[in-house]
Amino acid sequence: MTRGERRNLWIGLAFISPWIVGFLAFTVYPVAASVYYSFCDYDVLTKPIWVGTLNYRDMLTDRVFWQSLGNTFYFAAFALPLGLIISLLAAVLLNQSVRGRPVFRAIFFLPSLIPVVAASMVWLWILNGSFGLLNQALEWLHIRGPQWVADPKWTKPSLILMSLWACGNTVVIYLAALQDVPRSLYESAEIDGASAWVKFRHITIPMISPVIYFNLIMGIIGSLQVFAQAYVFFSGGGGPNRSALFYAVYLFQNAFEYRQMGYACAMAWVLFLIILALTWAATRSTRKLIFYAGE
Amino acid sequence: MRRLHRLLIYALLILGSITFLIPLLWMISTGLKPIEQTMSLPPTWIPYREVVGADGVVVKKIAPRWENFAKAIRAMKQFPRYLKNTLFLCLLTVIGTVLSSALAAYGFSRIEWRGRNRVFLLALATMMVPFPVTMVPMYCLFRWLGWIGTMKPLWVGSFFAGAFNVFLLRQFFMSLPKDLSEAARIDGCGEFRIFWQIILPLCRPALMVVGLFQFMFTWNDFMGPLIYLTKQEDFTLALGLQFFQSQQGGTEWHYLMAASTLVALPIILLFFFTQKTFVEGISMTGIKG
Repeated sequence: MTRGERRNLWIGLAFISPWIVGFLAFTVYPVAASVYYSFCDYDVLTKPIWVGTLNYRDMLTDRVFWQSLGNTFYFAAFALPLGLIISLLAAVLLNQSVRGRPVFRAIFFLPSLIPVVAASMVWLWILNGSFGLLNQALEWLHIRGPQWVADPKWTKPSLILMSLWACGNTVVIYLAALQDVPRSLYESAEIDGASAWVKFRHITIPMISPVIYFNLIMGIIGSLQVFAQAYVFFSGGGGPNRSALFYAVYLFQNAFEYRQMGYACAMAWVLFLIILALTWAATRSTRKLIFYAGE
Repeated sequence: MRRLHRLLIYALLILGSITFLIPLLWMISTGLKPIEQTMSLPPTWIPYREVVGADGVVVKKIAPRWENFAKAIRAMKQFPRYLKNTLFLCLLTVIGTVLSSALAAYGFSRIEWRGRNRVFLLALATMMVPFPVTMVPMYCLFRWLGWIGTMKPLWVGSFFAGAFNVFLLRQFFMSLPKDLSEAARIDGCGEFRIFWQIILPLCRPALMVVGLFQFMFTWNDFMGPLIYLTKQEDFTLALGLQFFQSQQGGTEWHYLMAASTLVALPIILLFFFTQKTFVEGISMTGIKG
């Protein structure tokens, strides 16, 4: 290394030093400690006691664990695909040249900005069994609405509904991608007499496929970790018959209510592995379908 | 055919707008009603007062109960404290995030040093670790430091450059021409001065995005305050609102909706004033993320 190179190295390290400290304190240490705790019995107050793989084995027989995992998959299995489709349709609509387009865009985006606690309050009120707006609207259509948040069958659909309402972020990401599709592709297709559906299916979808993939991966990561709305809806309790006890909520309960820090850490690592596996599966199964214009 | 097509687009856009707006309008409407009108069947959209007219006929006059807001604030007891705490945390985390991420991003983009790209890859890899994995050890660390029940765990971390923001700013820094720094270096300008006086002013839009998103994140954050705050006087608005709801058990919906409106309104206003930065920011995070 020349003197200049060495000087640059030190200056570079000096600039990134906030990141280095953060990396050591907020990533390296917690990740290592989390692995260790996951093999321990640990209640924070006394020293961790090594128990080997007990926490992981406990999970296999913990019915609540499996229920929370099932609830989370149920939520993700509906919220994720529905969210991807609805936001794509919304983005296509908002990409048309219509009058008042900025206003429409702002309106579609607005719900995703509302702080999740406030949004949960609003939805609790809308889904209220007796006076909620939704059931009154259904009544008007001569449908008897369910007790959304009190009936174990309907708690998860309630949360799915709310998550679909707040899909504005995904819409904006799609919209940005749609605006990048070259006009010339559509124009030449129109000369060949292609219909709107053909253009959508054979130009729009392939051109924005990398962004669909991106939203899919982000969606997997996000929907498996869903916490705040489920916690607020049922004041941390998981709802009737634990029907809305999601993985992250159960993990939180283990850590901060039952003080089973070791078990909580083991659950966190299992969640990480599930996310990795699903991301990998999604990547593999969509690899051939994604079209990168740059290549 | 073309006209029909356009008509359909407008119809769908209007339908979608109504669906997305109704919950918000319902929140505001409920927040302005007296309690008996919150439970009327069919629903009341516009709060009214019944007034006996000159001819003895009872007429409904539009009458929003603005006093609900004041009453909701009083019912929440510590509302001014919640607001103060939230603003305090927003201010500190925005300053911390913008400063530290800009510094780190500069080191990762505008200075050539050996191993830079490998270290940057490491930084990117940290984004994969989900929050629950580090949640417990972080809690234990802050407990060891005696910080549980204080606001420190909620802002100290922001001064240590999160990978995501570093990544965003780095993209932006790299798009600026190299000559800019070279010319300044030849003039004998120190690296920190180049950063502070030349590069940073040019990056204002990107810094705005990072700051804005951090503000929103801190304002909306629920899990962090839930884990670390133990005293009611330290609560943030998000935690305070949830606490209020779980305490009163959900009967006084008009106050709850007034309070929710108060928590949501600043974010909505912020959005309308910074719409352009916002949308640019999201597409920036989306495409290049």
